[in-house]
Amino acid sequence: MSSRDRILGRIRRATATAAPAPAVPRDYLPVHGARTPAQTAALLAANLAEYRAKVHRTDEDGLAPLLARLLSERGARSVLVPAGLPPHWLPAADPTRVHDRADSTPYELDAVDSVVTGCALAIAETGTIVLDGGPGQGRRRITLIPDHHICVVRVPDQVVDSVPRALPLLDPTRPLTWISGPSATSDIELDRVEGVHGPRTLEVVLLGAQ
Amino acid sequence: MPAFPEAAKDAVGDEVLRANLRHATHTIRDKRARAVAELADWELLRAAGKAVKDQTLRHLDRYLLQLEESVTAAGGVVHWAADAEEANRIVTGLVRATGEREVVKVKSMATQEIGLNEALEAAGIAAYETDLAELIVQLGRDRPSHILVPAIHRNRAEIRDIFEAEMGSWGRAAPAGLGDDPRELAEAARLHLREKFLRAKVAVSGANFMVAETGTMVVFESEGNGRMCLTLPDTLISVVGIEKVVPTFRDLEIFLQTLPRSSTAERMNPYTTMWTGTTDGDGPSAFHLVLLDNGRTDTLADEVGRQALRCIRCSACLNVCPVYERAGGHAYGSVYPGPIGAILSPQLRGTGSEIDASLPYASTLCGACYEVCPVAIDIPEVLVHLRERVVQGGPVTREGIRVRIRPARGHAAERAAMRAARHLLDHPCALRAGERLLARARRLRPRRLPGPGRAWTDSRELPELPAEPFRDWWARERGGRGSLGDTEGRGDRGDTGDRGDVGDRGDRRDRGGRT
Ligand code: SF4
Repeated sequence: MSSRDRILGRIRRATATAAPAPAVPRDYLPVHGARTPAQTAALLAANLAEYRAKVHRTDEDGLAPLLARLLSERGARSVLVPAGLPPHWLPAADPTRVHDRADSTPYELDAVDSVVTGCALAIAETGTIVLDGGPGQGRRRITLIPDHHICVVRVPDQVVDSVPRALPLLDPTRPLTWISGPSATSDIELDRVEGVHGPRTLEVVLLGAQ
Repeated sequence: MPAFPEAAKDAVGDEVLRANLRHATHTIRDKRARAVAELADWELLRAAGKAVKDQTLRHLDRYLLQLEESVTAAGGVVHWAADAEEANRIVTGLVRATGEREVVKVKSMATQEIGLNEALEAAGIAAYETDLAELIVQLGRDRPSHILVPAIHRNRAEIRDIFEAEMGSWGRAAPAGLGDDPRELAEAARLHLREKFLRAKVAVSGANFMVAETGTMVVFESEGNGRMCLTLPDTLISVVGIEKVVPTFRDLEIFLQTLPRSSTAERMNPYTTMWTGTTDGDGPSAFHLVLLDNGRTDTLADEVGRQALRCIRCSACLNVCPVYERAGGHAYGSVYPGPIGAILSPQLRGTGSEIDASLPYASTLCGACYEVCPVAIDIPEVLVHLRERVVQGGPVTREGIRVRIRPARGHAAERAAMRAARHLLDHPCALRAGERLLARARRLRPRRLPGPGRAWTDSRELPELPAEPFRDWWARERGGRGSLGDTEGRGDRGDTGDRGDVGDRGDRRDRGGRT
């Protein structure tokens, strides 16, 4: 008998006389509080900042100058860009752009200073941005290896209030990365240290009418 | 492996350990209470989480088959492992087939449970733990002592010494003149591990959840080592207990809210990765899922004990447990420490060994663990149930076969104590008289208990006796309203005496078949 059959058989015997399980009560809240879109964006900004992401706000006209400034303040000499990033976000020649190619090795990505991406959506109540590999986001690894990640969130259309509002908008068959603040550990005497393996610095740009 | 009382005695005598543990558990506990209080619907989320898991367990066969189908359709390969040995054999074979001699690992309790690192080592394959705490534990040739913060028993100076002495023999050595600032230590770990991440071809992980409907695997983490392991290598092997499945993608909305808050007391952990089979050009090109039984179906067969399989490993119950706080995780002698370990390990492994027989006693039954549990596992109820099993023996399921076990050896004293307790509970007058006698004898209270109670008082003071028996206080304060009998104990525990009755159970022995 295969282990598959053995395990399934044991489960069936173990549950044969079990009472039917009651239906799952879904009376928990879809959203925790009533907010205007502006309040939702403000909550997103506050929660991101509490977990030590740096938050910036700008409009379409201000985006390119802001990104250029953030990269130069960081001293980034090279920036990784996913293939589908809108070209006008980073019009300037420097820093050097690196395109993520299917055959680029992790070592090549490790040599890049910063990465700029969009996102699939952001969740205000938890201070989370979600990437799903869409055109402006690229593969999972490009937002992981460089030490500096700038993520642009369109406000209000990419912002939802809560986790229950987020899931129906996501496609589970795509690889999903949920990011809430930069990489962190509290493993040494519970002292929080940012950036063990993922980016040490996460900057989130909320892009919308000012 | 020493039984819990001896192991705990050593731990309780270790001042540094106790201070570390106290600081850690209290810090996390307080933060968690605040994070939970933020959600007005916490109790509803808790009830929903419990219901999802009960639904899953009730129809576990169906959901596992659905999961197998969706993972396979998404390009993954599903393997079934009845026990630790089989799981290790499968993983070792998969790694060998890649031709690689090393793997990177993201913290996984399931692989610790089966001793995978040792099995790989025996096969000539090096397994590198990449979670910072797990790295500390691995380099220190130590064992984890907490589910969430496995190296909580080590302070910064100890960690510095371990890094300096050991990193070099595993790979990139610690930087010269390494200090003990957590920032510096984390940086040393980053450099040491990055070398491994960038060249790794094979990774081994566990998973927090698997979605039957879509085949999606979910890993919660903070450091990014999980993302490194889950996306950089060519081959990913996930070893996951069969109880980790949930029916639908939507069900994640419950646990994405309850797990981080219960665990690290955050609104959300820094990183959560979800993947479904393989994706062209993004992440591993080969994905293997090893579904692990290893005692879980036997646990499922136990009507009272099966609720332990709802556990989502948040570790909240450890942080509120007065026994864990003093004894530390090592005393439990199992991968799963604390209250959940005290009910899960003796079910997964059976109560045959001394340590497993002692675990159901590693609790004061104060109920704090039940209160915090985000899936409402009634840990005290299971503890009492397992104590009866240890003391009285009776029918259990082992490897799918219904057997009758004998009372554990060395528990004659407890057996006598249980009998005495039952006699007292059956004869309330005797209990009342006994309580009054104790109250009157307060001044004569011994510092140490004689007989089997001695181990307990070796390391702690006897609690103060109340000035007045509870029954007398009740009669005086509430005499006219309601009787004590109505409020005492919980209905579902009131009959625990019968539950262990061997005669009753014997009739049902033929229910389970043989495999
Ligand atoms: S038993 Fe409950 S509280 Fe304890 S680790 Fe499991 S889910 Fe968390």
